[in-house]
Amino acid sequence: MNNRTVEIGVGLFVALGIAALFMLAMQVSNLGTVTSSDSYILKAGFENVGGLKVRSPVTVSGVRVGRVSAIDYDDNAFEAVVTMSIYSDYDGFPEDTSASIFTAGLLGEQYIALEPGGSMENLADGDRVQLTQSALVMEQVIGQFLYSSASAGGKE
Amino acid sequence: MLDVLQKLGKATLGFFERLGRGHLFLLQIFATIPGVLIRPRLILIQLYSVGVLTLPIILVSALFVGMVMGLQGYNTLVDFGAEDSLGVMVALSLVRELGPVVAALLFAGRAGSALTAEIGLMKATEQLSGMEMMAIDPVQRVVTPRFLASFITMPLLAAIFSAIGIFGGYLVGVELLGVDDGAFWAQMQDKVDLRGDVYNGIIKSVVFGFVAGWIALYEGYDAVPTAAGVSRATTRTVVHTSLVVLGLDFVLTAMMFGD
Repeated sequence: MNNRTVEIGVGLFVALGIAALFMLAMQVSNLGTVTSSDSYILKAGFENVGGLKVRSPVTVSGVRVGRVSAIDYDDNAFEAVVTMSIYSDYDGFPEDTSASIFTAGLLGEQYIALEPGGSMENLADGDRVQLTQSALVMEQVIGQFLYSSASAGGKE
Repeated sequence: MLDVLQKLGKATLGFFERLGRGHLFLLQIFATIPGVLIRPRLILIQLYSVGVLTLPIILVSALFVGMVMGLQGYNTLVDFGAEDSLGVMVALSLVRELGPVVAALLFAGRAGSALTAEIGLMKATEQLSGMEMMAIDPVQRVVTPRFLASFITMPLLAAIFSAIGIFGGYLVGVELLGVDDGAFWAQMQDKVDLRGDVYNGIIKSVVFGFVAGWIALYEGYDAVPTAAGVSRATTRTVVHTSLVVLGLDFVLTAMMFGD
């Protein structure tokens, strides 16, 4: 077999393999969406985090600004403490920003939505978001609905 | 009764003997790696026969595997109105499992059997003993370059398999069945994790390449030097590699995604 054929063949093969790895990294996985490791920490306490997970998105007006980096339980305040790492590009959240846990779609994954308030002071690294709204737990909603419709039916 | 016990004992001892010899053979390969690295031309030639010649079967089967997954996934997901998740499904199953595993099985069938037959035949025609007579270590000259070549080849083949498979799923899902182009890629990028999924797939394929090369070369080197012996060794290569790859895949999956 010709030496040149071998060399060209191996070169093509390796180039194709590396191109495939590159495509898997850039096009298929989330490398392109994770922009920088530069981020700062915000914390928020929730009564109930529902199905929120580590790495769930944190959004403002539907734009992703960070990720949930840890979920712990504070046994002094009896609530869940969610640690969010927010990209440093977005560092202008007012002090009275509120955080709510929403569900994407009817049965989709849960995420944290931040809603900026009107204060002049901004939240800094490590600060705690004071206004929070817990996750909507389906069973509770259905339970309340059944309860209220039953009591409404009783009045008639 | 005694006869049965005798046979059982012989089979057990034979099993452990082969297992032990296989590991000693692996140590022998490791010991000769530095000597091979200073002559990269040997590896290059093996990369051609192990990697490049395996490429056609990998490309064609990856395309069809991806297309079938696109079709099957679409038919199931459309019932839930979740056909936008087709990209996630195709990409995750290919990157995590099918890419490394099917590429390793095809590799065992195409390249592993060829390696075993080649070395077995070299042994049967006493080419290996001839090398020893010339003071050339047959492990260093013949076996180790092939081992390194399969070690390098497998991750590349698995990555190519995954990429082409995803392209196949894209062809059927987006071009043929009308899944939204943007949702296909966006959901895929959202759910496939570089570290958790892509890296673990690569680690799997590296392990499979190691094991597939080792088994194929050992079976060839250890073959009974007759026509029947070489053919038995070739069969054993394909069977053992497939079994070990599937078994290891479970162990590796349990370790990586177990939590």
